[in-house]
Amino acid sequence: MTTSGWVHGKPTPITWELAMQKAPIPRMSNIGVLALQGDFLEHILVLRHLGVDPVEVRKPEQLEALAGLIIPGGESTTMANLMDAFELRGAIQQRARQAMAIWGSCAGMILLAKHLVDERPMPLGLMAMTVSRNAYGRQLESFETDLDIPALQGKPFHAVFIRAPKFVGLGKNVEIVAELPNGEAVAARQGKLLATSFHPELTNDFRFHQYFLEIVHGTV
Amino acid sequence: MVQRGNGNGATTGTWQVKVGLAQMLKGGVIMDVVTPEHAKIAEDAGACAVMALERVPSDIRVAGGVARMSDPGMIEKIMKAVTIPVMAKARIGHFAEARILEAIGVDYIDESEVLTPADEANHIWKHPYKVPFVCGCRDLGEALRRISEGAAMIRTKGEAGTGNVVEAVRHMRALMSGIHKVQSMSDDELPAEAKALGAPLELVHEVKRLGRLPVVNFAAGGLATPADAALMMHLGCDGVFVGSGIFKSGNASDTPEERNKKIVNRAKAIVKATTHYQDWAIVAEVSKDLGESMPGIDIRTLKPEQVLAVRGW
Repeated sequence: MTTSGWVHGKPTPITWELAMQKAPIPRMSNIGVLALQGDFLEHILVLRHLGVDPVEVRKPEQLEALAGLIIPGGESTTMANLMDAFELRGAIQQRARQAMAIWGSCAGMILLAKHLVDERPMPLGLMAMTVSRNAYGRQLESFETDLDIPALQGKPFHAVFIRAPKFVGLGKNVEIVAELPNGEAVAARQGKLLATSFHPELTNDFRFHQYFLEIVHGTV
Repeated sequence: MVQRGNGNGATTGTWQVKVGLAQMLKGGVIMDVVTPEHAKIAEDAGACAVMALERVPSDIRVAGGVARMSDPGMIEKIMKAVTIPVMAKARIGHFAEARILEAIGVDYIDESEVLTPADEANHIWKHPYKVPFVCGCRDLGEALRRISEGAAMIRTKGEAGTGNVVEAVRHMRALMSGIHKVQSMSDDELPAEAKALGAPLELVHEVKRLGRLPVVNFAAGGLATPADAALMMHLGCDGVFVGSGIFKSGNASDTPEERNKKIVNRAKAIVKATTHYQDWAIVAEVSKDLGESMPGIDIRTLKPEQVLAVRGW
């Protein structure tokens, strides 16, 4: 078998391992994951191991009690369509104005943006940044690499980029959280809004999710 | 082989990024398209990816003859027309078609029984490719054989181009019952079960541990309505493929505009039903006023040589 074969001798996605491990008793249920399409399950599995019992959000009323929302990876055009079909666009924008924290990973980052280089989809327009979709190229250019992220203590963070978007412009209130060795931003934050062009939910390193929970609670 | 990437110490073509794209497609609908115009309709309707092929399966049935990989020029036009991932089909065992699809940069290759097999003994050895593969299965053993060859995503075969969901159900039931059986077995029974399944023992152990396939699994072959999509999601798949079921709906007497409108409405309804498969009120709502579904074929009227699912092993 060549080196592009299975990791650790097994084909199973690393995050799915969490489904077989005992999670702590949840202390919080005020975090939601937008569950219209994409890898929302992976985010949920990580959150459960951080003591959160997440809400799967498919309808506007499910947002009401949330202090934080994760918009997962997936297809941004599909999610935007479904947000409009089920009246979630306005509801998310309203909750964001009421200081609900939101983290968008990959497709979620595209939806958080104020502006897109691309014609589609229409983003939520919440975070002061311009984003370009699939900017590293198609699937053949999808990659993984280690990132040194100052906001996360300890070892480098292993980041997986799938047909990833790029930040092409950041507003002055937006701070860079992580960058590639060439200085390109791959994670950014504006107040309670967080965007990553990679997928922390595809690894079993919980530090990015922990960081988001700290943003939700106002401790960072 | 692992390739050095974009000068950032990055690696491309890894198993994790191959499976990762399939994880991003979950909860979505992948639609067959034959032209850039179809691809745009699919994207606007909310498809999470499109599958480029020369003819939709029901037309392949009518046309007969040898069904091959689509014209790479047409696939490139489809890739330019949409921003969602583009998959394309290669014939079973036809590694040259697969290398061509990789060379033009498609996002996923479907080594598909819908096309005429090029090799009746061997499937493509898929590990060395940078591009990920999805393959069809009828049961657990077939799924695990494909994964062992390097498929990063599985779909149940169903019977494409029939508009009849019965084979999709049969294959999903067979897969799930195979998984349930393995789960209930003790470790000492697994080698004999692996032998019976014709699957590697390591993967059988992995299925027992996980209680599911170790890769993303979609349903395919004969889905035509939002109810079909919801049914398959409840049977345990991660998302669905739809082709002829969308593009062959409507009446022969419709104008092209009426027809396109019906296609879009049905496609949107199937996308919504796949997301909200647990909410029967929404599945009911989106099922209303969609017009005629494709006529469909009773599987029992197919001649043995017309059955696509038996291609491959």
